[in-house]
Amino acid sequence: MGLKSSPVLFHWLSRLPSRNFSTSRALLATKPVTMRDALNQAQDEEMQKDDRVFIMGEEVAQYDGAYKVTRGLWKKYGDKRVIDTPITEMGFSGLAVGAAMAGLRPICEFMTYNFALQAIDHVVNSAAKAFYMSAGLINVPIVFRGPNGASAGVAAQHSQCFAAWYSQCPGLKVVMPYTSEDAKGLLKSAIRDPDPVVVLEDELLYGLPFPMSDEALSPDFLVPIGKAKIEREGRHVTLVCAGRGNEHALGAAKILAGKGVECEIINLRSIRPLDFDTIARSIAKTHHLVTVEQGWPHCGIGAEICARVMESPSFFELDAPAWRVTGVDVPMPYSRTLEAMALPAPADVVAAVSAVLGNKISAVSSQ
Amino acid sequence: MNYVSDKMALKTGACVLRLNALRNAIRLLSTHTRPEVAQNNTKYAEFPGAKAPYVTEMKFLNESSYDPIPIYRVMDNNGNVLDIREEPRIDTEELKKMYKTMVQINQLDKILYESQRQGRISFYMTNYGEEGIHVGTTAALSPRDLIFCQYREVGVFLHRGVTITELINQCYGNHEDPGKGRQMPVHYGDKHRNLATISSPLATQMPQAVGAAYAFKRQPNNDRCVVCFFGDGAASEGDAFSAFNFAATLDCPVVLLCRNNGYAISTPTSEQYRGDGIAARGPALGIRTVRVDGTDTLAVYNAVQQARDYAIANNKPVLIEAMSYRVGHHSTSDDSTAYRSVEEIQKWTKDESPLQKFKLYLEAKGLWNPEEEKAMVKESRDTVVRTMQEAEKKKLPHWKEMFEDVYYDMPPRIQKQMKQMEEHLKKYPDKYPIDRYQSE
Ligand SMILES: Cc1ncc(C[n+]2csc(CCOP(=O)(O)OP(=O)(O)O)c2C)c(N)n1
Repeated sequence: MGLKSSPVLFHWLSRLPSRNFSTSRALLATKPVTMRDALNQAQDEEMQKDDRVFIMGEEVAQYDGAYKVTRGLWKKYGDKRVIDTPITEMGFSGLAVGAAMAGLRPICEFMTYNFALQAIDHVVNSAAKAFYMSAGLINVPIVFRGPNGASAGVAAQHSQCFAAWYSQCPGLKVVMPYTSEDAKGLLKSAIRDPDPVVVLEDELLYGLPFPMSDEALSPDFLVPIGKAKIEREGRHVTLVCAGRGNEHALGAAKILAGKGVECEIINLRSIRPLDFDTIARSIAKTHHLVTVEQGWPHCGIGAEICARVMESPSFFELDAPAWRVTGVDVPMPYSRTLEAMALPAPADVVAAVSAVLGNKISAVSSQ
Repeated sequence: MNYVSDKMALKTGACVLRLNALRNAIRLLSTHTRPEVAQNNTKYAEFPGAKAPYVTEMKFLNESSYDPIPIYRVMDNNGNVLDIREEPRIDTEELKKMYKTMVQINQLDKILYESQRQGRISFYMTNYGEEGIHVGTTAALSPRDLIFCQYREVGVFLHRGVTITELINQCYGNHEDPGKGRQMPVHYGDKHRNLATISSPLATQMPQAVGAAYAFKRQPNNDRCVVCFFGDGAASEGDAFSAFNFAATLDCPVVLLCRNNGYAISTPTSEQYRGDGIAARGPALGIRTVRVDGTDTLAVYNAVQQARDYAIANNKPVLIEAMSYRVGHHSTSDDSTAYRSVEEIQKWTKDESPLQKFKLYLEAKGLWNPEEEKAMVKESRDTVVRTMQEAEKKKLPHWKEMFEDVYYDMPPRIQKQMKQMEEHLKKYPDKYPIDRYQSE
């Protein structure tokens, strides 16, 4: 009994500092901020700081953005820097790439990444390759951003994750914030980055408040691209998570903690570059790996992580095969019940962890 | 010849036009400079990319070089026919059916919009102000013509014979939804009635429609055309340009029909494009083009009828720009008062209502009276309400549907899963609300 509760205690002790891992150690000075507001703040601060930064996209100006992420920016910065475009994703992303080549710093908002498919040539074949093809003469400091992944009740053409698609492409950097702090810090880094950065936001997280420290609220706050964050420390299994996958993993960790299993949750933050060192260090500690993402399994983020493990000494650290928790391999159903089933949930993560730990769960709890 | 006099010549040229000679307008616009210059014995250039006269005076053209493309109409706002020769010959029954469809669209919109507000369906888009375009177009076509819609064309479905029940079942995604509950509300489709299933990404239907027309053209003795609806906003997509260009260069029997309703969500046409609207792009790309008053159902009917005949007889595309106003909000996710004034909306709702104009026309002909109107509105409303209540009670699609239609032939892996599910359900029938789903 006493032993069983000790991991739970450990959980609470470890959780407090880890929550503020990359920010301030001062626990009291946090304020709830929605991801929408954090993204808005990031853009506002960077526009204030650098007048080469401008935003363009459908409905971003007077309408404040289809999801209100650019709220108030048109009023503040005017037509010159917050630009509503005609409906052509191909057109405005091409335009933004050109503006970046000519020295500006565009933020290109896609109403959703589903519509960015029309623009993917400019992202993959122009933005990502211009520096290489111009022999290092022309870089493209551009940010592509907008809601990505599952939304609610909008069916197959409006509800899919493109993280694996973009992160496959050399020349692009791809980030996926989970918290408001991630969102603000990563977007600001993306805007300042000399390379093209794809920022994949979760529509379903836009309205959620996350605590932000004073430090994170300051205009100097950045989250480095290419560094993962330990969202929760644990010693039994490593959960590597992308975007909203963190939410499911944290939910599962709570349940598992009740069974004496302590999950270590790695919030990837960046999908490319991938912070494999953090993953490897965690595997060396837990010896078990589960990946959690919302996208499809086939050639997905989890597949990439598992392959990297196979090709590295981390493989020898594993006590069991790694496991992937992903979205179901189907076009997103419109039906509410099927939609829920097609997406990962904490229960799926619990099941995966149980499978990976095998009979270890009973071993842990019977200690 | 200086710029000003040339411009004058163009303007007088355009002034000669009569409404009934509108088809000539486009030809005139695209060829008007040629005869004048030819009179000067100017040599014609024969470049592969342009056959045109040489001139020594440099002259830039812009949108004000031309008069705006006129807007063809048959009726005035009171439903009076302006030129009797332009009145289409539509039989009485069809005229009444057209009006009834328009009323039905209105009632459907009112009630389904409300039902979204009450959380009964997830999403809806109204059609207010564009009913005449739907009905005028569909009435002028053969039921065998294939139609690609954008999403705001429910009247096309109704007038083709899709029932209120089928439409509402789609919005509710029950087992009688012809779309098997796979799509958001208003994404209707009906292969048997030659109505392509609506797809969300804008303008993708446009090159697809041209491709379908190309397939028709290859049939011996083809007597079908394709009609493709698109919005003023969708017209900015690259696909729109590609569709125009392919329609022209592949000589396809397709009618490209722009519903120019003034807005794309909050973006007004003044920010969507410059120049003389969507119609001006037609002649530039070698497409026979006409602009019509989309609130005038008879004008739309005439334009589509002629466009269809021409497209099929000549294997050529036609572009129609139907001018209207999006009276409702963009969708249930929008509040349009944030970007346009209530006065503006009211002006278009009251003075330019396609229903009102068409009704006055019917009344003047003695085909319609206020009693019939009252009874019709009530019947339409009752039908929608009753159908909605029924739709709510209907079962959901068979559970097996969740495994179907990703691939033409179900992959073995999915077959296996389906079988497992079947056995599982046999074993634990009480663990699932299986009676809510349609059985085999
Ligand atoms: C490729 C793509 N980009 C953006 C959208 C989002 N969207 C849906 S409808 C719409 C406005 C379209 O306006 P318009 O074509 O004028 O048609 P209307 O709604 O006025 O009938 C937009 C931007 C989309 N569905 N597809």
